[in-house]
Amino acid sequence: MTQAHSTQAHPPQAHPRLELRNISKYYPTIIANKAVSLSVMPGEIHAVLGENGAGKSTLMKAVYGVIKPEEGEIFWDGVAVNISSPAQARKLGIGMVFQHFSLFDTLTVVQNISLAMDSKQDMGQLAQRISEVSARYGLPLNPHRLVHDLSVGERQRVEIVRCLLQQPRLLIMDEPTSVLTPQAVNKLFATLRRLADEGCSILYISHKLDEIRALCHKATVLRMGQVTGVTDPRQETSKSLAEMMIGKELPVCDHPPAQHIGSERLVVTQLSRAADDQFGTSLKAIDLRVRGGEILGIAGVSGNGQQELLSALSGEKPSEQPQDIQLNGTAAGRLNPAQRRQLGLRFIPEERLGRGAVPEMSLAHNALLTGHSQGMRRWGGFIDYRKMRAFSKACIDKFNVKCSGPEAEAKSLSGGNVQKYIVGREIMLKPEILIVAQPTWGVDVGAASFIRQTLVDLRDEGVALLVVSEELDELFEICDRIAVMSEGRLSAAKPIRATNLEEIGLLMGGEMHTDSTPLAQEVA
Amino acid sequence: MLSIKLVPRPQPSKSMVYLSPLLAIGLMLVFGLIVFMFLGQNPVTAFHAFFIEPVNDLYGLGELLIKASPLALIALGLAVGFRANIWNIGAEGQLILGTIAAGGVALWFYESDSVFVLPLMFIAGALGGMAWAAIPAFLRTRFNTNEILVSLMLVYVAGMVLSWLIHGPWRDPDGFGFPQSRMFSDSALLPLIIEGTRAHAGIFITLLALIVTTIFFRWGLLAFQMRVAGLAPKAAGYAGFNSQYTVWIGLLAGGAAAGLAGASEAAGPFGQLDMAASVTGYGFAAIIVAFVGRLHPVGILFASLLMALLYLGGESAQVNLALPSAVSKVFQGLLLFFLLATDVLIHFRLQFGSSNAAARKAGAL
Repeated sequence: MTQAHSTQAHPPQAHPRLELRNISKYYPTIIANKAVSLSVMPGEIHAVLGENGAGKSTLMKAVYGVIKPEEGEIFWDGVAVNISSPAQARKLGIGMVFQHFSLFDTLTVVQNISLAMDSKQDMGQLAQRISEVSARYGLPLNPHRLVHDLSVGERQRVEIVRCLLQQPRLLIMDEPTSVLTPQAVNKLFATLRRLADEGCSILYISHKLDEIRALCHKATVLRMGQVTGVTDPRQETSKSLAEMMIGKELPVCDHPPAQHIGSERLVVTQLSRAADDQFGTSLKAIDLRVRGGEILGIAGVSGNGQQELLSALSGEKPSEQPQDIQLNGTAAGRLNPAQRRQLGLRFIPEERLGRGAVPEMSLAHNALLTGHSQGMRRWGGFIDYRKMRAFSKACIDKFNVKCSGPEAEAKSLSGGNVQKYIVGREIMLKPEILIVAQPTWGVDVGAASFIRQTLVDLRDEGVALLVVSEELDELFEICDRIAVMSEGRLSAAKPIRATNLEEIGLLMGGEMHTDSTPLAQEVA
Repeated sequence: MLSIKLVPRPQPSKSMVYLSPLLAIGLMLVFGLIVFMFLGQNPVTAFHAFFIEPVNDLYGLGELLIKASPLALIALGLAVGFRANIWNIGAEGQLILGTIAAGGVALWFYESDSVFVLPLMFIAGALGGMAWAAIPAFLRTRFNTNEILVSLMLVYVAGMVLSWLIHGPWRDPDGFGFPQSRMFSDSALLPLIIEGTRAHAGIFITLLALIVTTIFFRWGLLAFQMRVAGLAPKAAGYAGFNSQYTVWIGLLAGGAAAGLAGASEAAGPFGQLDMAASVTGYGFAAIIVAFVGRLHPVGILFASLLMALLYLGGESAQVNLALPSAVSKVFQGLLLFFLLATDVLIHFRLQFGSSNAAARKAGAL
């Protein structure tokens, strides 16, 4: 055990709670962290800011003992420590809430938490403690509910409460707000501020500038594995933070009001669908209309039926009634994805690898995936390699996909470049109706703004676009009208210029009442 | 002390995809010789008897061809399905149905000397194999059954059908009650192609299949769609490829190839229907051939020659060394076993480290 005894002698304020000195981590193909230094004082909320792939997560994994850095030292309360496992990190007093939750759906909250504890617990006592902690920090949670009944926000509460039970002295939050409504974000911030007031240090990982400016006392900015700035975010503007983060000015999407609204291209009428399994969401009488030359956005916290709606629209799960989905005036409810493509529909799913592209295949072959009926074959059933490669090459050039060429395997590309390729492929296949799910999910800021601008340009060419996204800012940036999905229902679409973040946030949180009220009483 | 660890590779090794079968063959040879030594044989003599003796004359080479031919043919057909993750394990049964269908034609046209008898036998053989493969295809697409189990179990049903036919309705009336059919007439026998050997014209069917599958895998849009279905089923759904179609094609291709191989055996080496058709084991051995050949036509060609040599070596070891013929099965098993083991190296590499380093790491805990 490397834990120090000398710390007891000094008052804790004398040293930073955590100090990293020159941490480096190398992977076979990339340098994830290079000589990163960072220090967090007790009670400080410290932001680690950077784009996707900047090395934030790697650094946090090193602190939590998940990976071992090649170089550098970690000091805990001023004493050098060697954190070799998450269990050891927890013993030191480090807790981490991951971006992706690791909960078992079929177990209750208390069962899940007991599994994550390092020592054996009495269930009754544990449930009691969960109720106490959740009540104290304003995180209402019923310990006896099954996890699959919980909303994403509640699942995050389970993870936070799990960490709080260990009485952490440093809490790491990895992109915690990506799954929350604006109102839920405010609640979370209140909890975090309270923790900090009690002396707990918080490492807050994010790429959302406004949140960091609202919450954090200090920020360490990472770019390509290196520290590019340490600053007080409260003194900075979003613009100056962005410059530190991406090395240039934050690109803004040019989005004039829609000019040429055309005829209705995508019409969904009273679309209902029972969920496939008990963890799915049923669709309830969904109505929507998208006209050529406009972008309709669908907001909502994930898991409220967006997946089900998208697979119904794409034809991956066709419906019984031909009339409930109309594409360019043709009843298409029972058609499969290939037939719907013939009617002018193109679809960009949120899972790029494995659905939008085959990871083990070359980019050229991935062009064939949806483009085979558009000039890439001859004599009926044979592949025209020349045309296929030419298409792929054109797509790579036009959409600035960073790769070694059309023969590169899809999985060898970064997430942002795969997304650019898929977006490019579908656009080059001349959509009349384009459905896009999470267009910039996991994509760096530069590529994200390029993709958004591409979608707006496509609108101006008369294409009907439907964009489903969890990023409200994004929807407000590019959409002309916006609707909200909540518990399988879709609200009426509002013109974007006649609504605001607050109103949409409230609609998104439509389920918040059912979330918290029943268990608040049971907590006692 | 040396410690060996498996470390994941950043990306799968391209060269290991092709080196792994060679490595497996090498390991099979080494362990095979060790087995010979335990059986009290001189390894050099045993090696000679097993791998050289059977093919050091023209006749032996002819035997190699007539064994490799059905193995390659079936493996090519199976590869169509395997590439799409359709696991047809019942080629043995489809082969038996092919011999039954072809033999049925031969017996029906026993008196005929028409040149159409042979082509008809092959058409019947292919249809017979496809009919048997259609059962797991139907059950999977209709009731979502597992094609591995269904196709495997049907192998034993096929054996029973053959047995019933040659014990009953198709038994040779002049055969002293032996369970076998009449010898086919000449119009139902494949011509020999090399003087002094038993090599027959069935080889041309295998060559044709080799060309067809090479073109199909390289240029066929359908092959591409099936491969997508195998690699990423969700991407196939997204693209709108019909998954049921993939199941049908995958199983029927294997069934047709096995049925043709069965017809070729009936009209070639067998020349009649007897239980021989159900003991060759070609249908099972072809699964190994397909994987050792990396589901690639050229690879399958070489793998089928190797597997044929193992068959001949087993017979030779039986004659020359008085070893049980099961020895060839041992080699087949070793080959598959080592291939599965060495395939791990495609995604992982071995890391050798001294136990000191390991101890230091443990101490740090």
